[in-house]
Amino acid sequence: MSLKDEEVLHVARLSAIEVSEEEIPRLKKDLNEVLEYMNSLSSVSTRGVRPTSHVHGAVNAFRDDLVRESLTLEQTESNAPDFNSNGFRVPKVL
Amino acid sequence: MSKLVSLSLVEMREGLLRGDFSALELCDAHIERIEATNAALNSFITISSESARAAAAAADKRIAEEKDRSPMLCGIPYSAKDMLVSEGIETTCGSKMLSGFISPYNCTVLERLEENGAVLLGKNNMDEFAMGSSSERSSYGAVRNPWDLDRVPGGSSGGSAVAVSSGQSPFSLGTDTGGSIRQPAAFTGAVGLKPTYGRVSRYGAVAYASSFDQIGPLGRSVEDVASVLQAIAGKDELDATSMDVPVDSYLESIERMADEGLAGLKIGVPREYFSFSVDEEIDANLKGQIAALENLGAELVDISLPHTEHALASYYVLVLAEASSNLARYDGVRFGHRAESVSSLEEMYCRTRAEGFGTEVKRRIMMGSYVLSAGYFDAYYVKAQQVRTLVISDFKAAFANDCDVILAPVSPTPAFGIGEKTASSLEMYLTDIFTVPVNLAGLPAISIPSGLTKSGLPIGVQLIGSAFQEGQILGVAKALEQSNTFANNEKTQQAF
Repeated sequence: MSLKDEEVLHVARLSAIEVSEEEIPRLKKDLNEVLEYMNSLSSVSTRGVRPTSHVHGAVNAFRDDLVRESLTLEQTESNAPDFNSNGFRVPKVL
Repeated sequence: MSKLVSLSLVEMREGLLRGDFSALELCDAHIERIEATNAALNSFITISSESARAAAAAADKRIAEEKDRSPMLCGIPYSAKDMLVSEGIETTCGSKMLSGFISPYNCTVLERLEENGAVLLGKNNMDEFAMGSSSERSSYGAVRNPWDLDRVPGGSSGGSAVAVSSGQSPFSLGTDTGGSIRQPAAFTGAVGLKPTYGRVSRYGAVAYASSFDQIGPLGRSVEDVASVLQAIAGKDELDATSMDVPVDSYLESIERMADEGLAGLKIGVPREYFSFSVDEEIDANLKGQIAALENLGAELVDISLPHTEHALASYYVLVLAEASSNLARYDGVRFGHRAESVSSLEEMYCRTRAEGFGTEVKRRIMMGSYVLSAGYFDAYYVKAQQVRTLVISDFKAAFANDCDVILAPVSPTPAFGIGEKTASSLEMYLTDIFTVPVNLAGLPAISIPSGLTKSGLPIGVQLIGSAFQEGQILGVAKALEQSNTFANNEKTQQAF
């Protein structure tokens, strides 16, 4: 099994990364090489083995639901590419 | 070159308390060293001289008032991988995506070091978003190995390792997702400790693969690294995955083991690790380390970690999956780079990410999206988590039945040439074969210098412990360090 051009574009779309026509051959080669290596996992017998969810078997960590200080508006805005009247401005959605 | 840049942390501490030099002088000597060498090494992305000098002056005041009641690290300079967010100082994570990003808060480890009075000199270069094993894949240029400027320093914490081994910084904080502290330490003749998953808070470490990432110290001796771990270890309520397990006194563990010796200690050598192709000199060095440990009184035992062969594939599936999810936050909305002249929201996302991320980061995100996508999730992701369970069981069985500590190589080769492995992603991934099993199992491991190749490149050896047994591997590392006649940074310090 190996990825074709349209699958590379599909994965790029899932990843929200714009990919140019020229980039496809190299990406396809790299992805296929790594996926082929990953396919070696299929030879491992894992019947009845539980998938790991936490390395030390820890479960949920809870804390009290208390109101605490959070970032100020000024701090929130400080790294924003486009901030206007208390909101992050983006291209029109609707 | 000032003598101040080659002292151990204990020597710095004693000198500060005696008044032989001030924290400000210590800070200035290191800034001078960084300024003299950074053009060649490219190990710092940001040098924060001004805030460092202010912190050093404050430390001098505190030492004058509190004397030996001041914290051990008070007035001691250090640097941090540019993946750890720092209030008021730029954090780029080695990426154009975060160029100019200034965090409004400190990560927990920097906060703890600040409370201790340590002095942050600046931020170390790294592979972009920690995705690499050579520190070549940074938007800010490749880091150079001080032992041979045409070779890589390892990665992704390459800038941290170089800072420490070239006398730019007494210690540095790095992160280790699949070997990113241990392998650069080995390539540069430094000591690097990857703590147990959950031993050190990850709050404020830019996320790569959250179930693997762990912050740890790089330094020039086992004792120095132990002192730093002491300051940063422990539960943090801001990181739900930090564990509430008592923190040992690491310096005491080292001393105790130095007094009692290694008699009665069982050190396992995994037979599967010999099935990989390893450089002859690394192999000979490992055999020498086995003999050295036997001379120290330890019993060396042959052990089996049967799923080692599949650890690397499992690791890459899981890490890339987690990365694809973690890096979704770079969308050009709240912080970081944003593409200009776009006509729709989707175009803004896609072009922002195409422009802001480097090639390897894009590849890893795309592979991660693929293994998580409909139809492939069970075959890759779930399967890899099952193999992870098997790798964890291998280690558990070895520690329960056969040994206290495991000995292994760090890397199959010494530092390779710049550009040698960048043509193929897979070839670069294969260099991580001896370091990733530890991250799959969340265990602590340390890399210490164990010799030099004939051509004069450092070799490292790795000691792996059971969960939360950092004290034990530090103790064995100290004993081995004393028996290795490796003069840490003499050569690199003379080279400049």
